[in-house]
Amino acid sequence: MQAPGFSLTSKVDDGGSLRLHLSGRVTLVDGAALWRQLHTTGSQNGATEIDVGGIERLDGGAAALLTAFAAKRSAAGATMRLVGARGETAKLLGLYDCSRLGDCEHPIPKQPGLLVDIGEFTHSAIRTTKAILAFGGDLVVGMVHAVRQPRTVHLTDLGSLIERAGSDGIPIVLLINFLVGAILGLQGAIQLHRFGGDYFLANLVGLSIVRELGPLMTAILVTGRSGAAYAAELGTMTVNEEIDALRTLGQDPQRFLVFPRVLALTLVLPILTILGDLIGTLGGLAIAVTYLQQPSVVYLQSLQQSVGLDDVGTGLLKSVAFAVAIGLISCQRGLATRGGAAGVGRSTTSAVVVVLFVIIALDAVFTWIFSMLGW
Amino acid sequence: MPKVLQVRDLAIGYDDEVLLDEIAFDVQRGEVFAILGGSGSGKSTLLRTLIGLQEPLQGRVHFTGIGPPARAMTPPSFGVLFQSAALFGSLTLLQNVLLPLQKWTRLSAGAAVAVAMGRLRLVGLERFAHHLPSEVSGGMRKRAGIARALALDPPILFFDEPSAGLDPITAAELDDLILTLAGGLMVTIVLVTHELPSIFKVADQCIMLDLSAGGIIARGAPRDLAERSNDARVLAFFRRTPLARST
Repeated sequence: MQAPGFSLTSKVDDGGSLRLHLSGRVTLVDGAALWRQLHTTGSQNGATEIDVGGIERLDGGAAALLTAFAAKRSAAGATMRLVGARGETAKLLGLYDCSRLGDCEHPIPKQPGLLVDIGEFTHSAIRTTKAILAFGGDLVVGMVHAVRQPRTVHLTDLGSLIERAGSDGIPIVLLINFLVGAILGLQGAIQLHRFGGDYFLANLVGLSIVRELGPLMTAILVTGRSGAAYAAELGTMTVNEEIDALRTLGQDPQRFLVFPRVLALTLVLPILTILGDLIGTLGGLAIAVTYLQQPSVVYLQSLQQSVGLDDVGTGLLKSVAFAVAIGLISCQRGLATRGGAAGVGRSTTSAVVVVLFVIIALDAVFTWIFSMLGW
Repeated sequence: MPKVLQVRDLAIGYDDEVLLDEIAFDVQRGEVFAILGGSGSGKSTLLRTLIGLQEPLQGRVHFTGIGPPARAMTPPSFGVLFQSAALFGSLTLLQNVLLPLQKWTRLSAGAAVAVAMGRLRLVGLERFAHHLPSEVSGGMRKRAGIARALALDPPILFFDEPSAGLDPITAAELDDLILTLAGGLMVTIVLVTHELPSIFKVADQCIMLDLSAGGIIARGAPRDLAERSNDARVLAFFRRTPLARST
């Protein structure tokens, strides 16, 4: 390792004060060595002087280190002075001197403990829930205005929103629901075959897919595709002050941005759910034919007998509720974004997590209600 | 004074479309050198070429006594203040300034913090060291950007529209900081700007770009150009009048 360009020597005078002599080229390149030697040589109690008159060249980084060391020693109760500075050295040390500004030490904020984290999380969850409910209330009020004044609703983007949420999502919805139907069919077939219940495979797959898994899986997929996109899009608009600009132009962000998105999802999700239901039951058919060697006509007849319009209807009712939840929460999270690019990431993640929780909770509520009603 | 930057026969543009041609100028050590011009005249493109973010179509940029423009995984030889400060939003102001120190020096953690706090103190932001960029004003973000640009004590700083978007008082404070850096730290500063008060206050020398002319249309001290230029475009710029009315 190259020797540093400076020299730091020390001497104790007759009065017991430590006098350091710093000379040569004192630059940031040798900053690590300077800091180390200052601490090794200059850390004694009592008065200390650093004679900087022999410095040939000083840069800002080294000046910052010298003044920081002096402040640190002063804060520890020792008397530390920089003497002999002249010309450029004096100017630079003056620029970086912190004694005129009072306290030079700025303690690093402590990291919060586990209990504080739990408390803040709970508080944040309550705040988020209130914000979403308030947002939902604003949406309902806005919808009433929209019905009275339909021209105030910005529907120019509705077509592209439907395309992005709907037709662009069809391949993934079909694939996932087919696989879910096949997986359910296989697990069901294995168990049913043991008890001679092969015939009931269509009942199992059909009712599970149409009433529960079809609407739920489709909603989860749409959350990941469209919900996250809405949160990110509106979040980016928020941090770029585009939402503020919209307001200064007399536009209501709810009617301009949120309505079209909620409407697009409400139109699209039931259709995607029907497609998902169809392909999911076909997944079960594939297992019935290949694993149970069951004629397809037997499976389809059993399916027709077990799955009624009321079953499909309950699934579609759920899908409409899911669509409103996805649109509402994703847009609210996006519009509540704070803090730049990191904030957009946080609000997108938050949107997906909250939506998933809400649609599972809604599914449970609907299932209970339908069972009470005998649907 | 020795030259620290020499530009010769530079042509800049995009996808082989030449925006500016035959750009040539020198910057002396310790000078505040301004690149002037109207909006869209290619000032920022020229700056990006000088600092190596964009390849010139032809010509060369030569730095005397310091390394070449920054590349990934090489130590930067100069500091840059971007127009929007470009601070990393998930890091505090202190962490933003620490980043180059942690990467390119062998300073201990304590020493690096001491240097970084010194830089923030220089720009008057030591009390905001633990704030995120989103928690401070635009002017403070610019000053934090200057602190980060200064982190490794570069001999030359490049500023892209430092006063853009700032109120007159904050802009004036930033001008004072530029003068302190140039006079106190003997740093060479190349700044792109079209703010007249700043130009007259801080710039020693300048060049003016014009896209329609395809290059430099004037060079010299700002006051000299404003008072003695025969070029209508130069007069229009300094008098803040549309071209037809400035003659």
